Amino acid sequence: MYMRRRLVSMFHMTMAHLVTALGVAMLAWILWSLFGEGFSAVSLKLFTEMTPPPGSDGGLLNAIVGSLMMVGIATLLGIPVGLFVGTYLAEYGRYAKISALVRFINDILLSAPSILIGLFVYELVVVPMGHFSGYAGAIALAVIALPVVVRTSEDMLLLVPDSLREAAAALGIPRWRVILQVSYRAAGPGLLTGALLAVARISGETAPLLFTSLNNQFWSANMNQPMANLPVVIFNFAMSPYDDWRSLAWAGALLITLAVLGLTIAARTLLAAKSRMKG
Amino acid sequence: MSVKQFRPAFDRGFHNLTFGLSMFVLLLLVAILAFLVMGSIPVLQNQGLSFFISSDWNPVTDVYGALPAIIQTLITAIIALLIGVPVSFGIAIFLTELSPAWIARPVGMAIELLAAIPSIIYGMWGLFVFAPTFGAALQRWTMANLAPIPVIGPLFASPPMGIGIFTASIILAIMIVPFISAMMRDVFTTVPAVLKESAYGLGCTRWEVVYRIVLPYCRAGTVGAVMLGLGRALGETMAVTFVIGNSHRLSASIMGPGATISSSIANEFVEADSKLHTSALVTLGLTLFVITFIVLAVARLFLLRLKKQAGH
Repeated sequence: MYMRRRLVSMFHMTMAHLVTALGVAMLAWILWSLFGEGFSAVSLKLFTEMTPPPGSDGGLLNAIVGSLMMVGIATLLGIPVGLFVGTYLAEYGRYAKISALVRFINDILLSAPSILIGLFVYELVVVPMGHFSGYAGAIALAVIALPVVVRTSEDMLLLVPDSLREAAAALGIPRWRVILQVSYRAAGPGLLTGALLAVARISGETAPLLFTSLNNQFWSANMNQPMANLPVVIFNFAMSPYDDWRSLAWAGALLITLAVLGLTIAARTLLAAKSRMKG
Repeated sequence: MSVKQFRPAFDRGFHNLTFGLSMFVLLLLVAILAFLVMGSIPVLQNQGLSFFISSDWNPVTDVYGALPAIIQTLITAIIALLIGVPVSFGIAIFLTELSPAWIARPVGMAIELLAAIPSIIYGMWGLFVFAPTFGAALQRWTMANLAPIPVIGPLFASPPMGIGIFTASIILAIMIVPFISAMMRDVFTTVPAVLKESAYGLGCTRWEVVYRIVLPYCRAGTVGAVMLGLGRALGETMAVTFVIGNSHRLSASIMGPGATISSSIANEFVEADSKLHTSALVTLGLTLFVITFIVLAVARLFLLRLKKQAGH
């Protein structure tokens, strides 16, 4: 009887080891294919030439620049708003009834399928404007970044000990300066982590860009026009029957993955450094 | 105005700013719902409820039935959970109960990185690397050995193309595993060591401690994690669009091509040139929103219960 129980236990624990190995192997397999297929396509041309028509040479310059511009504007829009909402939830309205509702809605937005944000921005921006545009893409990305920032900034501000706030308040410093100079400063690395995670999240988003910024085969820095961006170029090129387009798609995929993983690792390291500091 | 009067005014201003932006979050959800409902009106006026129960999707004749997409969305998500939940559970056990800290940290990090990879990468990898391997190895085998079996045979009867509903489910499973296992791990670490130690003291095996102490203690959190994973699997777009095969037909085979709600929207929205087609896709989106909303709300409910439990 005891033997049977031990065997059952051993079986399950072995399975736990195996599936963990499987998970790590999957990451290795994906990265392996990415590097294998992507590296051969990486060259200087990637960063100096436009996306080509099928059958000719080219790079991803317009897509890289388009992605950077849209992610940049989305960051400028989404992060301050998210930070202030997080500030309300953690500082002013910590126990307010309305905060519970805002938290709930924010969680819904956080996990809402991103393609729905694309549909929403299409109806909100693209239809009234009459055409696809870089602005629409940036707005869609900002809507996706917002709940990420709200969540992390609230969590990080709540980690700041209240005794710090009270000490500052006892000195007669007004609330807004306590928040700006004590809470924000103490939570600084955490707030930055949230921002980095939000940027990482939106850099790889494809679905919401499909029908907001669409794509552009040519150079365009005009945000009011359809705009090339890496994810949509990867999607179109990977789905195409042309070999040179597919290899460009792999190169783009490698670039995006490196960027996203780099941002994620930076964010985690920052957070780890912070928790070490606190001891 | 003296400085003293200025200060409270500024403080109120900052308070109001943060409060106003919080209300903006509420407004955002309302606006998303409102625009999706508005976009849905044309096709619902035209076809009424038959939109949801008909399985005939034909943009050429402007007839839209969403049943295959809805059913296949649910099927892919459920198969993904059936594969992904036991694996996530195993990983969470490994990370919390079995491995020494120096392995748990890098492995935990690797699993979290898996969650950070954009879904389009999973899609590309699935289409070019996984699907050919899968089609050549497993699908050829299932077609030869499982398809002739009566009753369940038709489930597997499909040419081994590599892409299809089942392939999409596997890719989805790979995508939700890091997500679910990271949350399960966090929940499992809340179990007081005293509880586990006393069980070991009674002579329980590792598995018995996990199954009879850890799991019941974390029931609410575990269900919450699984529901959040389900929500993610239901709404995942790009990875599925690459590998599901995009066919608006209800077939008995889970190996065959299909289409989910989100893959239909991703594939057809830009090319939809009739008003009804666009509206049909928006209505699909609204349906997806309602489904995921329910799933997420249930998940939050369970996670809320966990928080209450932790705080007593």
